[in-house]
Amino acid sequence: MINVLLIVFIITLLYVSIANRIITYVRVLSLQGFILFGVTFMQLQEINTVNLVLILLETIVFKAIAVPVFLDYLIKRNNITREAEPYIPNFLSLVITTVIIVVTILLANSVKDDHLDKIFFIVALSTLFTGLYFIATRKKIITHVMGYLIIENGVFVLSLAVGNEMPMLVNLGVMLDIFASVLILGIFLNKIGDIFNNVDVDQLSNLKDY
Amino acid sequence: MTGIYLTGGILIAGLLFANRNKIINNVLIILFGVLQCTFTIYQCSNFRGTDLGYFTSDALGLLFLITLTVVSLPALFHSYLYIKRSPESSRQSRSIYFAALVLLITSISAAYLANHIAVVWIFTELTTLSASALIYHHRNKLALEGTWKYVFICAISITFVFIGILFLSLSLQGTGSNDLSYANLMAKSDQLNPFWLRLAFLFIFTGFTAKLGLVPMYTAGVDAKDKAPAPAGAILSSALMNMGFIGIFRFYTLISHTPLHHWANIVIFVSALLSIFVATVYMTKVINIKRMFAYSSIEHMGLVMLGVASGGIGYYAAILHLVLHALVKSSLFFQFNQLYNVFQSKSVAYVGNYFKYNPTGAIVLLIAFISATAMPPSGLFVSEFMIFRALFEGQFIFVLLMVLLLLTIIIWAFAKNIFKILFTPVIGFDDSNVPRISPWESLTQYMLLFTAVWLGLNPPQIFVDLIRESVLLLQN
Repeated sequence: MINVLLIVFIITLLYVSIANRIITYVRVLSLQGFILFGVTFMQLQEINTVNLVLILLETIVFKAIAVPVFLDYLIKRNNITREAEPYIPNFLSLVITTVIIVVTILLANSVKDDHLDKIFFIVALSTLFTGLYFIATRKKIITHVMGYLIIENGVFVLSLAVGNEMPMLVNLGVMLDIFASVLILGIFLNKIGDIFNNVDVDQLSNLKDY
Repeated sequence: MTGIYLTGGILIAGLLFANRNKIINNVLIILFGVLQCTFTIYQCSNFRGTDLGYFTSDALGLLFLITLTVVSLPALFHSYLYIKRSPESSRQSRSIYFAALVLLITSISAAYLANHIAVVWIFTELTTLSASALIYHHRNKLALEGTWKYVFICAISITFVFIGILFLSLSLQGTGSNDLSYANLMAKSDQLNPFWLRLAFLFIFTGFTAKLGLVPMYTAGVDAKDKAPAPAGAILSSALMNMGFIGIFRFYTLISHTPLHHWANIVIFVSALLSIFVATVYMTKVINIKRMFAYSSIEHMGLVMLGVASGGIGYYAAILHLVLHALVKSSLFFQFNQLYNVFQSKSVAYVGNYFKYNPTGAIVLLIAFISATAMPPSGLFVSEFMIFRALFEGQFIFVLLMVLLLLTIIIWAFAKNIFKILFTPVIGFDDSNVPRISPWESLTQYMLLFTAVWLGLNPPQIFVDLIRESVLLLQN
């Protein structure tokens, strides 16, 4: 069952790579939150209950509900247009994402370690690289933020792979999520919407030597 | 005591944030200065002792902590002057500024002493938070842009460090232990899985370069030092860079006990050489004085990492270079505010003939320039010379030649700008409104620069012993 969920997680990445509208990104992020909830619930059997409940709450309340709702609010408030505006055509994006996934699978197969669930490793790394790819090829600041949130989800998957032995690391991952999301979304995306009328990255090229 | 310090620091930051009264504000700043000094003295007396299980006062941490305290006291003083004179500062921006500065200093101190890689990581996050509040101090479009870039790049960097920690825990799994403290990692260094360790090093190294100021993540730091007020920029380009170094160095010490040592050296060589190259390219073109200082920091960090990678005496030289660089670079940033008060501009094009308006400050600028370019009477000459020696002894002649060539270009570019600032009058500059700058404001910079010369040319035995001990664990 965990494997099924993780494969669905990979498929969401392919889906994002061809998504046209920003709202699709938000929905996929929410879906990823729910998937992570399921994976956490089944994977972390050995850690104590209070800790598990906290982590589950984080995935469902924070990742699956609060962040998407807030993103939605930001999009409406700042009048961000609906298109994601990639620099690269969608078909090419799909090919590149697929290549990333294939390469991580090949990489994971070269690892000889009995302690590792390979599928966690594959999902985490391909999410990480796909997220970086999204950041590099999308035009709007808000899609950069979403790329970053996707990376965080990937990191969370990786932390689940070692979660039973070191629950502390999962907690740290949760801390990273909350800290970075609040800092990035809460403070600055709000401000940037107020100060810059148009939230494209092109606007952010004034700071240079002068 | 570490518990008291952390609680005290956070409490003072909270009070500063909530308080709007000027007198209470100043009292709290002085209180924090006293707390910082007490903590440093306590850690000196508690040498090699462990507090709260996670904070060990080892040689390297202690050395950097003392440097931070020496730099932070003038930083608090100059911040006070800066806020007092700044026409746009409101009560709110003042309280946010000081709260963020106090939080920054507290978290850097804690990160120096942490003996557990996850604890270092937590305090690195805290420095990102507090530094971003400092960068956004002016609340205009450019400051927001600088803050956004800093926050975003640092967020990706700390995520990278976290992934590195996860890989490290994977490499530890075969050993039957799951304690990520440096001491335990060192004890198990021969059983770590090399594949995961390699990935962990790549990610942790890349992540910490955002704080250290090396290729690939150096960009955010330059914008940050440009937009943050100069006294805060002094902390950002000295103590915060040392924190990035400690993050990499403690892990590198572990790597040096594994077969990956040679490979890690190559990674560091590439990154360090590229950093010096990037710094050279920008230094020749730069006209913004603060950015010039920031690029000079990148060059110095490149040199430090070359020292680390070449081994031998390079280890010693790297630590010495970091301490001296922190003193010199912070005095340059402190002097910048007085320069700005005279000319109201940070572009080299509109600044000139500084000797006429503020001779005391101009001499600071001259001495700091001589120090920063590592010319003979300065302390950095000694450490830089040792780094070159390490490169020579390690048979990296080609690297050495390339670095010398790039450094020559940097010295030329730096000198061109500094001499313009000091001697060439600006055409059409109206000097009727130039305020008189009190010579006493330069006193702190003279002290810092003098300390740098003294530590370089005639280091006290205890200082040498501390540096020796901090590189003791490294495998040659």
